[in-house]
Amino acid sequence: MSSERVLVVGAGIVGAAIARVLARAGREVVVLDRGATAGGTSSGGEGNILVSDKGPGAELRLTQRSLVAWDRVRQELRDELPAGFPDLELDHKGGLVVATTDAGAKGLREFAETQRAAGIVAEEVDRARAFELEPDLTRDFTAAVFYPQDAQIQPVVATEALLAAARRHGAEVRQGVEVTGGVHTGGRLTGVHTTAGTLGADAVVVASGPWSAEVASRLGVVLPVRPRRGTVLVTSRMPYRIRRKVYDADYVGAVGSGSADLQTSSVVESTAAGTVLIGSSRERRGFDDRIEARVVAELAAKALLLFPFLADAQVMRAYGGFRPFVPDHLPIIGPDPRLPGLWHATGHEGAGIGLSLATGDLIGELFAGDRPENEFGLDRPGLAAALDGRGAEGER
Amino acid sequence: MPEVVVIGGGPAGMAAALAAHRRGARVVLIEASDDVGGQYWRHLPAARATADEHELHHGWNRFQTFRNALRDIEVVCDGHVWSVDRRDGRPPRVHVLVGPADGQRREARTFEPDALVIATGAHERTLPFPGWDLPGVYTAGAAQALAKGERVAVGRNVLVAGSGPFLLPVVSSLIRTGARVAGVLEAAGPVQLARGWGSKPWRLAKAGAKGAELAGYVRDLARHRVPYRTGRAVVAAHGTDRVESVTISRLDGNWSPIPGTDSRIAVDAVCVSHGFVPRSELAIAAGCRATNGIVDVDGNQLTSVPGVFSAGELTGIGGVDLALAEGEIAGAAAAGYAPPPAAARARDTFREFAKRLETAHGIRPGWQSWVDDSTLVCRCEDVTAGELRATAAMTGTRGLRSLKLTTRAGLGICQGRTCGRAVEELAAGPAGLLDAGRTAHRPIATPVRLGELASLREDPS
Repeated sequence: MSSERVLVVGAGIVGAAIARVLARAGREVVVLDRGATAGGTSSGGEGNILVSDKGPGAELRLTQRSLVAWDRVRQELRDELPAGFPDLELDHKGGLVVATTDAGAKGLREFAETQRAAGIVAEEVDRARAFELEPDLTRDFTAAVFYPQDAQIQPVVATEALLAAARRHGAEVRQGVEVTGGVHTGGRLTGVHTTAGTLGADAVVVASGPWSAEVASRLGVVLPVRPRRGTVLVTSRMPYRIRRKVYDADYVGAVGSGSADLQTSSVVESTAAGTVLIGSSRERRGFDDRIEARVVAELAAKALLLFPFLADAQVMRAYGGFRPFVPDHLPIIGPDPRLPGLWHATGHEGAGIGLSLATGDLIGELFAGDRPENEFGLDRPGLAAALDGRGAEGER
Repeated sequence: MPEVVVIGGGPAGMAAALAAHRRGARVVLIEASDDVGGQYWRHLPAARATADEHELHHGWNRFQTFRNALRDIEVVCDGHVWSVDRRDGRPPRVHVLVGPADGQRREARTFEPDALVIATGAHERTLPFPGWDLPGVYTAGAAQALAKGERVAVGRNVLVAGSGPFLLPVVSSLIRTGARVAGVLEAAGPVQLARGWGSKPWRLAKAGAKGAELAGYVRDLARHRVPYRTGRAVVAAHGTDRVESVTISRLDGNWSPIPGTDSRIAVDAVCVSHGFVPRSELAIAAGCRATNGIVDVDGNQLTSVPGVFSAGELTGIGGVDLALAEGEIAGAAAAGYAPPPAAARARDTFREFAKRLETAHGIRPGWQSWVDDSTLVCRCEDVTAGELRATAAMTGTRGLRSLKLTTRAGLGICQGRTCGRAVEELAAGPAGLLDAGRTAHRPIATPVRLGELASLREDPS
């Protein structure tokens, strides 16, 4: 099947990881994006590779695969990228989850217990150890759990690196090309119409993040993926004082929530460039890209609960992104049983940077036919309601 | 009585505030510095005022008239608009922090005006060249600000270079503060200049005041024997601790240096300016449509957002007279009135002038060929042209957002205000960028301390 031609729709990190895996396997791969590379969700977040926010289950298992994959791929990329390629800034800095109330402490401890049972390293730390890990942490906390496996990566460099590696294995990346419809032959999807003409394909993988529902609908199917807005604040450069990824224990609840209302909880971390990133809000309001003062103020206030010293830090930038949200909080990965030839790789919500590699590997295995079972298929029970029209939930 | 908020206390904003006030609107004028006047009428602080301001300022009397008239209007000085929240079908909510720029507990004020006039002006554009980061190399605007605001000359033997008529008042300011000006280099050559200024010159006659102002500067050049040469540029600055000499090249019509025309001259300071870039972040955050960084407006100076008007350099670089005319029209329209006929006529005249300005002095892409790989482009984040070009080639991206994040160009404290356009132009490969204009997206319009932001939540004023 080495002559098989695959179109990947979306030049974000998930599409990039898939393109690299399939091109390495000798397939002819063309990546299409209506915009530029790494221009959507992949450049709108923080670069999280997290286990700390995930309870036991399919997503955590995919994350554990990804953690291993990132170390492997980092090595492989050394041979695949030209000298001087920007650094991935992959940093296994660990995450520190902090509760500031008694109720939060109880919830955090219980959650960490379930994670430990699933093989995650989650060490509850005492005050001395917490301040050793994070000297400027607030003195007002009730419990802290350290997750040494949490890591950070520069998401745009990572996306471009995977795309560059895919190109090196023969993939083609076409920017500014928008999919406008599907070519159907005998009940199969055999290509796409685009703003740059019609392209034939043996398979089309939609990896368009929060825009996947629209692409899928142009190809003739319904996909229950919706945008969930996030906003991140960036400070000016400052002396290095925040060493880990530090979260408010509320973060875990917000990630798992399906509510459309604004939710914020602190995620604070330094970047290699010397800035501090402050996230993150979650809000479902379509593709409305406004950055609002109320959200900015809320994020600022929550960040100060973790690090009071930040009160003097200058926020110089805010940016936003749209996470691909799926009602049951699991990504959709694999062939679409309703339309042969169509594949999906989307719905990673805020975890797509971390999960991209395992997603690419899974797609590669499914293409090769050496993985019969798939927890992320569209036919899973959790999506039944959304797919038969009962799961609209009155949202945009 | 409609409430009109005007952002920006330069000529356009002052004219808008007055025009709206005279038509019965309740007006609040927000100015980020400690006094109105803008860059054009920058002056010594009141505490150190001198009797000779008029010598350094063109139209100083006109400014005094404006300032006196503004007494009946609420003027918020040190007012930093850090965010505007778009609202459907109405002008945005305007969030202001009042107090010194790096202050700690500034007063937060929020406005929900019936009409908003955005007159935030422009910042200077300076094309990079090898050595432009040496001490002693100034933007022409910085040199003029030092001369006008501090009465300090930037050097004893100063070369002024770049493009556009703004170089001339800078020379006059330098001379007034005692510097020797070694010469003025205009990058545009005779053909480009003639295309802008030479065709149908009678159409310029109505812009007489402008001509008289320029004639005054030219007299200064002659009196002080300052040579003015066209089709030339500073293509490198040299020195160890500070600039000691510069390389000058003749340019072709595309602004590419002509090989074999280099010469080196000794200077102790260089002032460089290549025109202006509209300060469009608030207009863009408010949702106003813009074309090539210029905010689109109709005959009433109305933007694409209902109730939001714009005037001055933001709607096209044209100088003080155009700014005053547009400001008056915008202010009248914000208060619900038609454009005053005299202002509308003046706007037409000075728009013609602005068009010629762009034709005669507009930046040509050949400048990129004097930028070598070691030239710093983004000075906040230390990104060289070589890094930018190499990364663009390695990633093959057509996205400015991607390139900014892989090189950090434009991500520093100035948020691309200095380097944004240069980064965009250097980053655009043969196929062009798919997200050009991105460097003007700054939803946080000015840095704000987290503590101040956090207190806004507890006190929604």
